[in-house]
Amino acid sequence: MAFNPKHILGIKDLSAEDINFILDTAAGFKEINTREIKKVPTLRGKTIINLFFEASTRTRTSFEIAGKRLSADTVNISASGSSVVKGETLEDTAKNIEAMHPDIIVMRHSASGACDYLAERLDCSVVNAGDGMHEHPSQALLDAFTIREHKGSIAGLTVAIVGDITHSRVVRSNIYCLNKLGAKVRIAGPATMLPPGIERLGCTVHTRLEDAIRDANVVMMLRIQRERMGATLIPTVREYARYYGLNGNKLELAKSDAIVMHPGPINRGVELSTAIADGPQNVILDQVENGVAVRMALLYLVAGGEKLKTE
Amino acid sequence: MAEETIEILDSDGINRALTRIAHEILEKNKGSEGLVLIGIRTGGAYLAAELHRKIMAIEGHDVPLGVIDVTMYRDDISSRQNLAVGQTDIRFSITDKKVILVDDVLFTGRTIRAAMEALMDHGRPRNIQLATLVDRGHRELPIRPDFIGRNLPTARNEKIRVDFDANNTPKAVQLHRS
Repeated sequence: MAFNPKHILGIKDLSAEDINFILDTAAGFKEINTREIKKVPTLRGKTIINLFFEASTRTRTSFEIAGKRLSADTVNISASGSSVVKGETLEDTAKNIEAMHPDIIVMRHSASGACDYLAERLDCSVVNAGDGMHEHPSQALLDAFTIREHKGSIAGLTVAIVGDITHSRVVRSNIYCLNKLGAKVRIAGPATMLPPGIERLGCTVHTRLEDAIRDANVVMMLRIQRERMGATLIPTVREYARYYGLNGNKLELAKSDAIVMHPGPINRGVELSTAIADGPQNVILDQVENGVAVRMALLYLVAGGEKLKTE
Repeated sequence: MAEETIEILDSDGINRALTRIAHEILEKNKGSEGLVLIGIRTGGAYLAAELHRKIMAIEGHDVPLGVIDVTMYRDDISSRQNLAVGQTDIRFSITDKKVILVDDVLFTGRTIRAAMEALMDHGRPRNIQLATLVDRGHRELPIRPDFIGRNLPTARNEKIRVDFDANNTPKAVQLHRS
């Protein structure tokens, strides 16, 4: 049951065994991050290019630290400082980068499917760090890792995800991942932020936050993505906060030992009240910490392993 | 040639070999002062736990026991199936300690090379000594064990397996020929 992926493009095509293999591998890497010497020679001599066409602090830093702690050479390219602004196409940019023989390209792009597009055209491995409204596999995996760490197991849990579902790649990856691991997923948001047909991915759909979080074991709040919304989907941010923001009273509807998650960056006073954002039930910084271990596992798994039947 | 399995050691045989190794470790190091035991996951870790019990019984006091996973230090990660990375669990300083590194089967020596590099990332031990239940030869690196349960010259295509029961107690050493 070895898992030797050439690329990590999304959760959709992974099996529950693959996901558990990734999480177990990440558990082994987590210990390195608490050592005095935070470096192992695993990926010595490998080159990783972080190609970010969209703004990101957390994910890019996390991938960069993950690569460095595995002794890979990491190079960051962001769209604003690159030839993309001079009109080069994605394929040309990627082909030029590949001519320098990287082993892995970690990419974030605003177009859904951009990573799949590159994976078909390049010989090196591609890891999806978020593509448009499609998938964000490393986020879903670090979420699963964090839930597993706090709850022991994921099977049988009820997870509520609240916010702008339409524009969220985090939700899609999480629905796939949590379903494969045996959790029940409920999503909630204003009707303008619920894409039609989302229930086919495996979740129940609610328009009231209260209905989604009642007796939930995990409450995952999403950021209102003002940069992605374009047309106005909500009357005002204040109204959104009132109906879809999480505060202490609403959280009491969930199980008493429920954990609160958020992929970051948080809008204080919008999705989360300050009391929740600083409260004992939130595990947001655990998510960030675990992100490094999970990304180490992903880089290790795509770099290592004979690529026997993948191509 | 037909497949063949030969039992090299049964549980009593393994137990006697480990008892002898425990005494040899204490003799060579003049007691358990400054000693720590670290087993290589997974077989070596179980054997280190056995040695730990025996050394405590002889000496009457505790000796630190740890587990090390060497997957991330291997030199062949691109040329074989991915291995799950296990967890390293060393909750004490190894600096200036005499480390007894424990493995079940010593073969090419590459695992030991990886384990030594991994140990160096945890501190600067005073020395590292190697204990192995079976030494089957075919070294590819200049590595030599200090404590050996059984010397077993083998052919390269033969396999040596150390079996453990549900309590992780060593049950048998077997040689498979196919």
